[in-house]
Formats: sequence, C-alpha cells, structure tokens
Amino acid sequence: MGIQNVMANLKNRDIVSILDFTKTEISYILDLSKKIEAKGHPDILRGKVLANLFFEPSTRTRLSFEAAMKRLGGEVIGFDELGTTSTVKGESLRDSVKIIEGYCDVIVLRHFLEGASRLTADSVDIPVINAGDGASQHPTQTFVDLYTIRNAKGSLENLSVGFLGDLKYGRTAHSLAYALAHFNAEMHFISPPSLRMPKDYLEELDLRNISYHETESIFEVSEGLDILYCTRIQKERFADPVEYEKVRGIYKLSRSVLDKLKVKDDLKILHPLPRVEEMDESLDATDYAVYFQQAHSGVPVREALLAAVLGAIQ
Amino acid sequence: MKKLEVSAIEEGTVIDQIASKSTFKVANILNIQRIDQVVLVGVNLSSKKLGKKGIIKIGGKILTQEEVNKIALIAPDATVNIIEGSELVRKFKVALPDSIEGIVKCFNPNCVSNHQKIQSRFHVINKNPIKIRCHYCERLMGTDDIELV
Repeated sequence: MGIQNVMANLKNRDIVSILDFTKTEISYILDLSKKIEAKGHPDILRGKVLANLFFEPSTRTRLSFEAAMKRLGGEVIGFDELGTTSTVKGESLRDSVKIIEGYCDVIVLRHFLEGASRLTADSVDIPVINAGDGASQHPTQTFVDLYTIRNAKGSLENLSVGFLGDLKYGRTAHSLAYALAHFNAEMHFISPPSLRMPKDYLEELDLRNISYHETESIFEVSEGLDILYCTRIQKERFADPVEYEKVRGIYKLSRSVLDKLKVKDDLKILHPLPRVEEMDESLDATDYAVYFQQAHSGVPVREALLAAVLGAIQ
Repeated sequence: MKKLEVSAIEEGTVIDQIASKSTFKVANILNIQRIDQVVLVGVNLSSKKLGKKGIIKIGGKILTQEEVNKIALIAPDATVNIIEGSELVRKFKVALPDSIEGIVKCFNPNCVSNHQKIQSRFHVINKNPIKIRCHYCERLMGTDDIELV
C-alpha cells in the first residue's frame, strides 16, 4: 500500500483499539513520530480544537495530549473530573459526547468503563482517540511503547519480549502484546498466578498463531530477553485489599537483581510509569533503562496521531 | 422400520442434533413452557455424530430468525426440521450471522454495554467452536461464557 493510501486511510480514523491497525499503518505512525520529533510541525493544527474528556483521573496522558495539540498550534478544552460533568446528573455517555462533538474537531477519551471509546466513536462523526478505557486498551500508549522499542533496538522484528507484573489489569501490556503480534515477537508473560494475562487475551494471540510462554519466575527467561516491559501492580484495580497485599512487591528489579538475572548487555527496560516498588531507582542511570525516553516520546507520538487523524500531513 | 425414540408431530418444528447438555437451554430460548401445543423433549438419545444428543419437537411453531441465531450460539450443530402434514418439507442447520445484536450479555462486568442503555453487540470470530468478540470491550467469549439476554 502506498504512503498516500495509508495517509488517506488514517484521516478521520478513530484510535480505539490497536487491533484496528495494520502493520503498515503502525509503521507509518512511528515514522511520522520520528519526523515530527526531529523537525516539529508548528501550526499544522491551527484552528483545530481537541476535547480532553477524562472521566477517570490521569495526569501524564492528559498533559501529553495537551502538549501535543499545542505544539501543533491547536487548542484544547476539556475536563478531568467526573464531578463537573452532566454524567452525575444521569446523562448517558452517548448524549454527552454527541453534544461535545459540536465544540471540537477531535475527542480524546479516558473512561472507567471498557468499550466506552468504541461507544463514543460509534456515536460521533469526528475522530475519537482512546486514552485508556478501564482495564481494556490504551492504544496511544502502545504506539509510544513501540516507538521507544524501535528507537532503542533499531527494529521491532523478531524480539524476545518479557512482560512483567500485573498482566491481568495492565491494559498497556494487553495492547502491546497485540501490536507485537505483527512483528513476530517471542513473548514471555511473567506474573503471579492471580495476575496472569486473561485467557481471552491469550486466545486472541492463539487466533494469530503467536506463540507465548507464561511463568511466575523472571529467572526462567531473563537471559534471552531483548526487552523487559514492567508494569505496576495497580492497587486501584483490586476490589479486595487482601488480594493486593498478597502480590504487592512480588517483583523488585534493581541493579543487583539484574546482575543475578544475567541479562543481555543490550536489554532495554520499559515501564509506562508511574512505578511503585517494582523498579528501583538504582536502574535509572543504567543503559538498560529507557522508561524516561518512553515517557518523553508520549508527546511526538501523540502529535503524529493527531496530525494523522486530522488529515494535517501533506 | 426404525423405532422413534420421541414421537413424531404432524405440524411444527423439530430441532435435532442438540448437544445433550444444551437441550434445556434451547428449551428455555424457545420458552416452551408458554407454548400451548404439543412439545416433546428428549435428552441423552443416541447420536452417531454427537454421542448423546437432545431433540425438541414443537407442534404448530415455526422458529423466528432470532430464535435460530440464539440456538446457534448454544447448540452450533443443531438442525431445524420443518414438518407439514407429517412430512419433512425443509431441513437446515442453524448458522450464526457474522454479528449478533441484543441477544447475548457481555460477560465482562465492566463493559460499557452492561452500564449504558445500549444493545449488546458481538462479532462472530469462529462459528464452531463458538468465539464471539464484544464490539465494545473486545473481550472474547466462548460457549461457556455465553449468557443470553
């Protein structure tokens, strides 16, 4: 498919699920992110308005969308607190977004209900970007993760990738596993039994003939990994605090632990942040750590996604 | 002459080749307790294909498309036989459409379809064994996860 066709296909597209994107489209977005990071494109979104609808708290995703829109010359409106919305008066999500559609050119939505972004996308004509829905998907973070991995390793093909931590509720891990399925990755899911990747996500990989391996012990797989994707065990997703206490702090990566793990010299460690106990600050100064670059990549990648769906790239 | 394990009906529908364990679920879909004509239900009947099968015969009833879709979700091997004047006039296998709306509840309690006033919607990924994906939360469901609305 020619680049003009890829651009045309991305114009007015919703970014709801990474499953909606082809390998070619993913690669195009990553290339565009690289160009934007290198040269910038001030003013290409002048006159456009982004509505940040955050029904669930988030700081960095919201701010990175805001920064991305402003760097491209656009304006941002929105809210980040459920209490200030008509939802508390009983308004349906569909009604809320149909009204807000009239105020803006693109909607960025974070919601506590899974599938809220798809419902929004079905309800409005302007592009909708999923900024995280429940424990389901977080596709823009996935583009950021892929961009970071590609920058660190030079390619996304044929990598051995370990996913560590909360794979049950960790939506960034779900989305990244789906995306890496395009690139022939060897995937290792490392988690306590209670936080394993849900079986239906594994079935989704089975449907794509992707092989994966599940284990509780990072020692079992650490020597062969090219990428280690760490996630936080998310206290807020546990209904029962006793269950949280059973698994909190189960994995604690530090420089001394990495030495014992005999990892490859060029292993790169990613983490969508914030971190709690799973990753010690002693790792920050090592060549393994790319999580701050990952965090900073949030802006150029989201600039690329906004530019693509608003059809601003010539 | 083959001896019928469940008596024949003169007019109506025979649903055959139901996996035995699913027979009463199919009976529930068809709401048989509210039918005022002859209804015959057989379970654990011998079947070359399924080992043990169920069969439901309903006098005077022609199934709706929605009922056929629902049966296909619970019993993908089932066949539907239309009987008129004690003769078989039409026979077909149940088949799921590519997408199904409003007849299955998403098993994910945090799915938006369980919280907003919208119809559930699923894309059929595989027809036998059944795999359906929620249009909204994208979770995959199999036969054991399916709960009808």
